[in-house]
Amino acid sequence: MHHTVARSSATEELEVIAPSKLSIDEVSKSFQSATGNVLALDRVSLQVAEAEFVCLVGASGCGKSTLLNIIAGLEKPDSGRVLADGKPVAGPGRERLVMFQEPALFPWLDVLGNVLFGLKLKANLTNKDRRDVAKYYLELVGLTRFEHANIHELSGGMKQRVALARALAPNPRVLLMDEPFAALDALTREQLYGDIQRIWKSRRKTIVFVTHNVREAACLGDRVLLFSPHPGRIREEFVVDLPRPRDINSVDLASYATRIMRSLKGLTHDSEEIGE
Amino acid sequence: MKRFLFSAAFFVTLLLIWEWAFRARLWSPVLLPAPEQVGNYLKSAAEDGTLWHATIITMRRLLIGYFVGMIGGLPLGLLTARWNLFRDTIGTMALGLQTLPSVCWVPLALLWFGQSEAAMLFVVVMGTLWSVVIATDTGVRNVPPIFRRAALTMGSKGLHMWLKVILPAALPFVVSGMKQGWAFAWRSLMAAEIFVTILTGFGLGQLLHYGRELSAMDQVIGIIVVIVVIGLLADKIFFSPIERFLHRRWGTSQA
Ligand SMILES: Nc1ncnc2c1ncn2[C@@H]1O[C@H](COP(=O)(O)OP(=O)(O)O)[C@@H](O)[C@H]1O
Ligand SMILES: [Mg+2]
Repeated sequence: MHHTVARSSATEELEVIAPSKLSIDEVSKSFQSATGNVLALDRVSLQVAEAEFVCLVGASGCGKSTLLNIIAGLEKPDSGRVLADGKPVAGPGRERLVMFQEPALFPWLDVLGNVLFGLKLKANLTNKDRRDVAKYYLELVGLTRFEHANIHELSGGMKQRVALARALAPNPRVLLMDEPFAALDALTREQLYGDIQRIWKSRRKTIVFVTHNVREAACLGDRVLLFSPHPGRIREEFVVDLPRPRDINSVDLASYATRIMRSLKGLTHDSEEIGE
Repeated sequence: MKRFLFSAAFFVTLLLIWEWAFRARLWSPVLLPAPEQVGNYLKSAAEDGTLWHATIITMRRLLIGYFVGMIGGLPLGLLTARWNLFRDTIGTMALGLQTLPSVCWVPLALLWFGQSEAAMLFVVVMGTLWSVVIATDTGVRNVPPIFRRAALTMGSKGLHMWLKVILPAALPFVVSGMKQGWAFAWRSLMAAEIFVTILTGFGLGQLLHYGRELSAMDQVIGIIVVIVVIGLLADKIFFSPIERFLHRRWGTSQA
C-alpha cells in the first residue's frame, strides 16, 4: 500500500516559512478490545502551522478522535511523538482546548458557570474580567438570555453552543474540535460556520477540526485530510483555495466537496476490500 | 395551599380516629391514652424544661456524631474511589460494616467506653460513617469520564479537580449517602439511649425508657411524637432544600 499524499507546493513552502504549531510524528496507537487488537492509528504524521485551520475527514471508526485525544494529551501514543510549539506534549493543558462530540457540560453549574470554569483557572484575571469575557462569548453564540439556565433545560444545539463558548473563553491558542456540530440543526450550524471562521481569523487560532461532513470540511479548512480506517491512516490531502469567509452553500465549495467525497468513497471502498 | 389543607385534614382525621378509639375503649386507657393526655404531658414536660433539656442533649449527641462521621466518611470515600489499595481494605470493611445494623454497636460501645458520651458518639459515628464512605465511593466511580477529560483540557488537576469536578459530579450520590447516614445515626442513637442510662445526660431515648418503666403511656407516645417531628424537621429543613437544588440542576424527576 502506498501513501498517496498529494501535497501542493504552496503548503510545502508555507511549512518552510512558518514553524509548525503542532507537529505529529509517526504516531501509532492500538486498542485492546473484545474482538482483538485494533490499530486505531498507524504511523500518522501531520504538521499544522500557526493559525491554520485543518479538517480531518473520514468514516467513523478510523481513528480521528483518537488522534485528537493524543494531540490534546489526553491519551498517550504507543509510539511516535507530538510536539506543540516545538515542545513534547506531556499531558492535557488549556493551551490546547478540546471541544468534544458530546457537549460534556457540567450539570452542577449553570450556563454562565460552565463558561467561567476555564476562566477561573487563569490566575491573571479579575473576577470582573472573567464575567465580562464569559458574557462576551455567550453573546457570540447567542445565549445571553440563558446565562442562568440549567444545562438540562437546553436543547442539544444550545448545549453545543455553550460548549463552544466554554472552549473559546480561556482563549486557547489551539482548538481541537471533534465533530462539534454533528448534532446541530442546519440553520444553527450555518451561523456557527460564520462565527468560527470569524473567531479563527480575528484571534489567530490554530484549529484541528474533525468531521465526517465533507462539505463542512471544505467550508472550514485550509487543508482537508482524508483518513482511511483499519488501520487508521492519513491517505490524502486537499488544499482548499477559496476566499473567506466561505459560504457553505456556494457553488465553488460544492465542487471541492464533490472531489473530496469521490476520494473518500474510493478510500472507504478500497479499505473494505482490504479488510475482507 | 391546597396541598397544605389536604395534609392538615389528613392529620386532623388521624387525631379524630385516635380520639374515637380512646372513647370507644378499644384498648384500656392505660395502653391508649387520649390525645389530650399526651398533649398535656408534652405541655408540662415543656414547661418544666425536661423536654427541651432531653432534646438538646440528644441533638447534641446526634449532630456531633454525624458531623464526625461526615468529616471522616467523605475523605475515606474519596480515597477508596481513587486507590485500589484503599478500596480493597477500607472499602471492603465499609461494605461489611454497613450491613451491620448500627444497633449492634451499642453493646460493644458500652463495654469499651462505659456509660459515657464517648459510647454515644461511637454509636452515632459508626451509624453515619460507613454509609457516607460507600455513597462517596459509588458517587465518584459513577462520574462520567468525559467530565474529567473536559476539565483536564481546561487546566484543572489535583485538588482543583477533586473539589470542583469530581465531588460536585458525585453530589447526588453523596447526598443520598448523607441522608442514609442520618437515618442510621438517629436510629442507633435512640437504641443506645433506650438501652442504657448515660450518666452524663438524659436524652429523649431515656425519657422514652422511663415512660415505659412508669407505665406512663402519655409520656411514651408524647416522646415518640417528638422524635418523629424531629426526624421530619431534619428532612424538611436540611435535606429537602439540598435535594430540590439537585433535582433542579440535574433535571432529575421531581414532582
Ligand atoms: N478506548 C478504546 N478502547 C478500545 N477501542 C477503542 C477505544 N477508543 C477507540 N477505539 C477504537 O479505535 C478505533 C478508532 O476510534 P475513534 O478514534 O473513536 O474513531 P473516529 O473518531 O474516527 O470515529 C475504532 O475502531 C474504535 O473502536
Ligand atoms: Mg470520533
